[in-house]
Amino acid sequence: MKLKFALFGALTATIASAALAQSSEPPGGKYAKEAEQMFRNSFREDNPKYWMRRLDQDETMKLCSQYRDNPPRKIGARIEQMNRESIRYPVDGKLIGDWKEGEKLAAVGTGGHIGFIQPDPAGRVRGGNCYACHQLAKAEVAYGTIGPSLQHFGKLRGNSEEIVKYTYDKIYNSNAFTACTNMPRFGLHNWLTPEQITHIVAFLVDPESPVNKD
Amino acid sequence: MRLNLTCRLVGAALLALATGHALAQDAKVADELAKYREALADGNPADLLEVRGEGLWQEKRGPKNASLEQCDFGLGPGKLEGAYAQLPRYFKDTGRVMDVESRLVHCMMTLQGFTFEQATKNWYSKPGTESDIEALVTFIGAKSNGVKINVPATHPEEAKMAKMGEYIFYRRSGPQDFSCAICHGQDGKRIRLQELGNLTTQAGAGEAMKTWPSYRVSQGTVWTMQRRLIDCMRQARWPEPKYLSDSVIALETFLQKTASGTVMATPGIKR
Repeated sequence: MKLKFALFGALTATIASAALAQSSEPPGGKYAKEAEQMFRNSFREDNPKYWMRRLDQDETMKLCSQYRDNPPRKIGARIEQMNRESIRYPVDGKLIGDWKEGEKLAAVGTGGHIGFIQPDPAGRVRGGNCYACHQLAKAEVAYGTIGPSLQHFGKLRGNSEEIVKYTYDKIYNSNAFTACTNMPRFGLHNWLTPEQITHIVAFLVDPESPVNKD
Repeated sequence: MRLNLTCRLVGAALLALATGHALAQDAKVADELAKYREALADGNPADLLEVRGEGLWQEKRGPKNASLEQCDFGLGPGKLEGAYAQLPRYFKDTGRVMDVESRLVHCMMTLQGFTFEQATKNWYSKPGTESDIEALVTFIGAKSNGVKINVPATHPEEAKMAKMGEYIFYRRSGPQDFSCAICHGQDGKRIRLQELGNLTTQAGAGEAMKTWPSYRVSQGTVWTMQRRLIDCMRQARWPEPKYLSDSVIALETFLQKTASGTVMATPGIKR
């Protein structure tokens, strides 16, 4: 009986470690280097250089790819530290902007598309595209579920200085809190300006915003 | 029919608005979208393209005035039944792993005498410009309807291609920090109202891959897998890949390998 359990235990451990080895191998395995080269060579030669730079990876992107967005704790902590240091604030230091502007930005999913088939026209507004992944105002039913629901964000958390700063920081650089999260680093990439981020902060924390009022 | 569909969609939106509870609302919206797809499947506009593709397959064309009927997709010259379902695969004669589109272009060049530029000039359709490749791929794809996807990637070159596809799947870059895995690495998620498949599982990859090529209602035309994946890269805000580039074929190999065992249902119909 005891032997049976021991055998079963050993077997389970073997299977578990095999599964672990499988998923912890960096994507591409021994072909990773060659795959990177192949990837770089797969783009049209007439893509301007400044477009091609979008394929460059910073250390965060490299590590997240390598660990399939699930880095070991120690590396995760390093990524978070690195990203915390990148956060910049608006010149006037005010972190709560206009929730009405934030509401508009939360809904805009266009901007930043390049290429030759269907690029965005020059000057197309880039939004935060929050609804792609989050539930926010009750009236908007077309929300995605990749991120958690943020309905009643401020109602549940209040709008203390600490919460406001956290909210700003999270939008500016999501990886400062959760290494390799799915959420883009809007401030780091200058996708949104610090001022635009303060508007989205207001949309989330202002008691008058539909996120909290309805 | 169209009006009925519009009513269904408006109905779905109103229904969703009226329902308070978020979960019930989610389920209802998904349900209505499924019904919408079902209704459209009755008369898939891709059927017309399939007929045109069959004509192009048999027609003598190009400088060599030859048809494509001797084209070999891996099962022998002219054998199309189940051919799409076992692609991409390694081809000895070219020494490359090829997908349906790269093989088709290869045949247009070798059998019909077209240049690469001639063969690929209209690889996707635009308003007012038809695409022969779209039509041919729709026709060839339909010949695998009811057949199980079977890309075991046992040949060393295929296995390598699948691994390189996996590398690209998880590779994050660009101003939104995207990779394929961001949207397609988890079960049961949605972007806005669009359901997202977990392409790292057999069920998710199978659901996604079995319906391509697919008629896209929002685009008013059939999209091939090359078109689909090149647009994924556009959505990721990356520069534009070359048509038939190895990266796209590698992703296809990775996805088809994961999806293997799933029964094809093509041409599909999508948002």
